Amino acid sequence: MTFLSITLTAAQLLLAAGALICVWRMWRGPHAEDRVLALDTLYVNGMLLVLTFGLRSSSTLYFEAALVIAMLGFVSTVGLAKFLLRGEVIE
Amino acid sequence: MTYLVGVLVLVGALLAFGGALGLVRLTTFYERVHPPTMATTLGVALVVAASILHFGLLESRLALHHVLISVFVALTTPITYLVLMPAALRRHRGDPAP
Repeated sequence: MTFLSITLTAAQLLLAAGALICVWRMWRGPHAEDRVLALDTLYVNGMLLVLTFGLRSSSTLYFEAALVIAMLGFVSTVGLAKFLLRGEVIE
Repeated sequence: MTYLVGVLVLVGALLAFGGALGLVRLTTFYERVHPPTMATTLGVALVVAASILHFGLLESRLALHHVLISVFVALTTPITYLVLMPAALRRHRGDPAP
């Protein structure tokens, strides 16, 4: 066990715990905008988790995956927030 | 140098966890908007810095394209909240102040 693998395991546990907390907030609500906010935070946590997996395996493939997750997270969250704001996504 | 990578990843993950923890600890939505920004700015930036350092050492070249993630997330989070906050204000118009 090197220092890097220990810290990576700790970081992955922390990020997974953060994702679980976001899921709890999505489940509990109480408002729709809380759920959208929790989804946004969940996307960021998942993206960071993918990046740490890339660090662990030293593979550059994970970079593209993290970038795609960041973009999809932005688009989906803005779409949901726009729906909450106007009642429709594309006017 | 690998120690620095480990420390950067750990601090970034701690910040991301703190951002998620704020969603549970704070009571109203207007308070809960604040903590995730900690994760999306410094948390992502530190993990990306660790990634740049790690792949820079591994391939002995500057792996600067990882900055894309950090810049993209830091730019898009305010846009998301700029749409989300008016939605929350509009949906709770007329409610007593929290």
